[in-house]
Amino acid sequence: MSRSLRVNGTDHEIHSDGETPLLWVLRDELGLKGSKFGCGIGQCGACTVHIDGRAMRSCITPVQEVSAPVTTIEGLATEAGLHPVQEAWIDHNVPQCGYCQSGQVMSAVALLEEEPNPDDERIRRFMSGNLCRCGTYPRIHAAIRAVADGGDA
Amino acid sequence: MSQDREMPMIANVSRRHFLKGLAASSALVVAVRWDPLLAEEEETQYGAAAMPGGWVDNPNVFIHIDADGTVTVVNHRSEMGQGIRTSLVMVAADELGADWDRVRVEQAPANQEKYGNQNTDGSRSMRHWFSPMRRAAAAARSMLEQAAANEWGVPKEECRAGVHLVRHEPSGRELGFGELAGRARELSIPDRESLTLKPDSELRYISRETGMVNGELRDDSARPPAIDGDGIVSGSAVFGGDVIFDDQLFAVVARPPVYGANLKSVDDAEALKVPGVVKVVTIEGADPPAGFEPLGGVAVVAENTWAAIEGRRALSIEWNLEAAGDNARYDTEAYRKALEEAAQSPGKTIRESGNIEEALEKADRRLDATYYMPHMAQAPMEPPVAVVRFKDGKGEAWAPVQHPRATREGVAGKLGLDVEDVTVNVTLLGGGFGRKSKPDFVMEAASVARQFEGRPVRVQWTREDDIQHTYFHANSVDRLEAGLDADGKAIGWLHRTLSPSIGSLFAEDPEHKGGFELGMGFNTMPFDIPAIRLENPKASAHVRIGWFRSVYNLPHAFAIQSFAAEMAEAAGRDHRDYLLELLGPARRIDPATFNDEWNYGEDPERYPINVGRMRAVVERATQEAGWGRELPPGRGLGLAMHHSFVSYTAVVMEVEVQDDGGVIVHRADMAFDCGRQVNPERIRSQLEGACVMGIGIALHSEVTLSEGVVAQDNFHQYHIPRMEHAPREVRVHLVNNDPNAPMGGVGEPGLPPVAPALCNAIYAATGQRIRQLPVADQLAG
Repeated sequence: MSRSLRVNGTDHEIHSDGETPLLWVLRDELGLKGSKFGCGIGQCGACTVHIDGRAMRSCITPVQEVSAPVTTIEGLATEAGLHPVQEAWIDHNVPQCGYCQSGQVMSAVALLEEEPNPDDERIRRFMSGNLCRCGTYPRIHAAIRAVADGGDA
Repeated sequence: MSQDREMPMIANVSRRHFLKGLAASSALVVAVRWDPLLAEEEETQYGAAAMPGGWVDNPNVFIHIDADGTVTVVNHRSEMGQGIRTSLVMVAADELGADWDRVRVEQAPANQEKYGNQNTDGSRSMRHWFSPMRRAAAAARSMLEQAAANEWGVPKEECRAGVHLVRHEPSGRELGFGELAGRARELSIPDRESLTLKPDSELRYISRETGMVNGELRDDSARPPAIDGDGIVSGSAVFGGDVIFDDQLFAVVARPPVYGANLKSVDDAEALKVPGVVKVVTIEGADPPAGFEPLGGVAVVAENTWAAIEGRRALSIEWNLEAAGDNARYDTEAYRKALEEAAQSPGKTIRESGNIEEALEKADRRLDATYYMPHMAQAPMEPPVAVVRFKDGKGEAWAPVQHPRATREGVAGKLGLDVEDVTVNVTLLGGGFGRKSKPDFVMEAASVARQFEGRPVRVQWTREDDIQHTYFHANSVDRLEAGLDADGKAIGWLHRTLSPSIGSLFAEDPEHKGGFELGMGFNTMPFDIPAIRLENPKASAHVRIGWFRSVYNLPHAFAIQSFAAEMAEAAGRDHRDYLLELLGPARRIDPATFNDEWNYGEDPERYPINVGRMRAVVERATQEAGWGRELPPGRGLGLAMHHSFVSYTAVVMEVEVQDDGGVIVHRADMAFDCGRQVNPERIRSQLEGACVMGIGIALHSEVTLSEGVVAQDNFHQYHIPRMEHAPREVRVHLVNNDPNAPMGGVGEPGLPPVAPALCNAIYAATGQRIRQLPVADQLAG
């Protein structure tokens, strides 16, 4: 049995079992490897994608429950270039190892779409679902702040 | 290549020399690089030269220039977030005169004979490779200049490399690097002695302060962008799990729950019913001491990762726990109490000066405190993962490993091949922190791949696997006693340290810390106290103990720097003033006088224990933090200093303890002296990250075991810091950027003083002394 899934503007026929978390469908079936496996229980945010514009943990989202379009880190940039959040990440040299950063970027984009000018506490609360073992939080915070303040937008 | 100097392979040094080092109770690695050109030299080698494979500075190995001018720099060290792929390439590009926009990096496969040492551990990459890489680039530059001189028929002295070109000074003629590359490649490599390195004034990238500086983004159009930045933020950077072939198989492994247990029986009937599961196979494990060998167990092999995970869930396994012996009774709470009890009695004397009994006897006041640091898991965000293919008598691996050489040997062993028939491709590491120094997970993939000849096999560790089966940070009890005279001055210091040794991983449990473990801040303790005794009573290992970022410096710094604050308090003195008094006058101490013959593998003359540098970071951090300033109620400032990996760090934390026991870190000031700073921007990021990780060590992270089984299995139970725990502000103060100062480590030395600084701040805020980590809910109520 197959199902249809719209990812980054393209429709795909999916053959994975319906219980399969979206993360593994993206990575193993569609070859979109920017979304990362970190915990498998929605605790670390490395797998964060947008479903219908909202930040979701793809590692705990069965593919059969996904009916809205999905955006992954690979679909964030446009022909005009990188998303302002991605630009801010580069300007602030946020990443260290980089493994969690696609999830961090997807969460930050979702936050700013929901609330273009969040205060510091709101940033901290929203982003506390995304773990970074390298400890890049101060720079993540600074990069989001910069986009919110219009510095990098 | 003709000038390649003979670099004999020192096989399996990670194990053999490790044991030798343990036996000598001195050096971790005592390998000596044999070099025919220097054969008459019999002196002990230090630094890069003392590492297996030594250093290589052959330009043809590291630098390639295409006809279109593209400069490719080979990076042979593993990238795990420290930024070495950017920093080392920056060094080469700067010395060569290359334009950053036309430089690319190529990651070297495991090949110690060709590239020299690749073991990315011990905060060594830059301090060992700055000079060889500069020499390689200087040689390449000299060859380009010679090629231009030949082309123009002029003396080489008249030709000088500029940015990506060579100019004939008298005539103004120019040829680009790309135009010269072909002819330059045919020239012989200049003698090392003839090379001239660029004066600092001509360097464009090295040691330039750019990017984020304490929250401010500097205008830095000249900054070389991070090599992997674009790939990381757009999802195209390739980590271990991102290597996927069309015909690949995906495996997860069920491992024995207790160290030393093994498989009794497995029923795979239900697992094989899971759609996508291909086969269930067993993996042989090694009995303790397991070294880098896999733990063994059952691998579920499938067509995709999820099927493998589901298949494993459906396995019915019986483990033979009897095989684990005492390990099956290991209980960390009971173990802590047993070590605390053992800390009451003398142990093996490690260092002694003066008469400690007499000093404590005549002391006006005596202090006695026992500190505990638990097991921890490194928990890199990327759990261990590796792909191995066994085909046509060759093995090939793709893996995020810190130790490519050990990986190559391990895979060769599992596939029954010669090392030369195994290729190890090193991907980006999604964090390492010491976990990925051990190639056991790649060897697991090799074990499975051998049973599926021709097809690439990925072994994916889940987070549960990672937290339950890593090589744990040693738990540690440190008991300290001090005697103060009537003026509060320290006259006696007794420190007993008890931890399982990493040596237990490779040989019969030594039950005492090895030289390199004691040398991480225990016997190198610099305080100027008349009577000192340092002891190391026995402690046995019941899990796999392994490196965790900054390793045994963590418990030693926590205990010593907490106790120093307790002594200051008892003496009624300001902590900073008292710490400076404990340190005593600026002086250079030969580590050997402290019975430390390891010294992180560095020359003790060039790298003495330098008390002046310790004083300087303490003074700088406290000055920047506004030490002594008035704070609102519930807040406190805490200080700690530690010297490790031949660098010096002092930290001041400003914390607020809330009514519910929650801790907010408002600000951290970190003063750091690593000698010459090659890429200050990445040094800052390493220190910022160490600050966050250290807060986690202080507040949250703990692995406990009961009946030999780890109690935590994912991030809801094993806590690491989240953004809400990060300091609201981290300021990194780099001191001593003297180009001639011996270069120290960067990745690890920021970490050890963070937890004690934080706990000292908690004391300042609340009057509550934390002696057992993590803080967890100790401040509640």
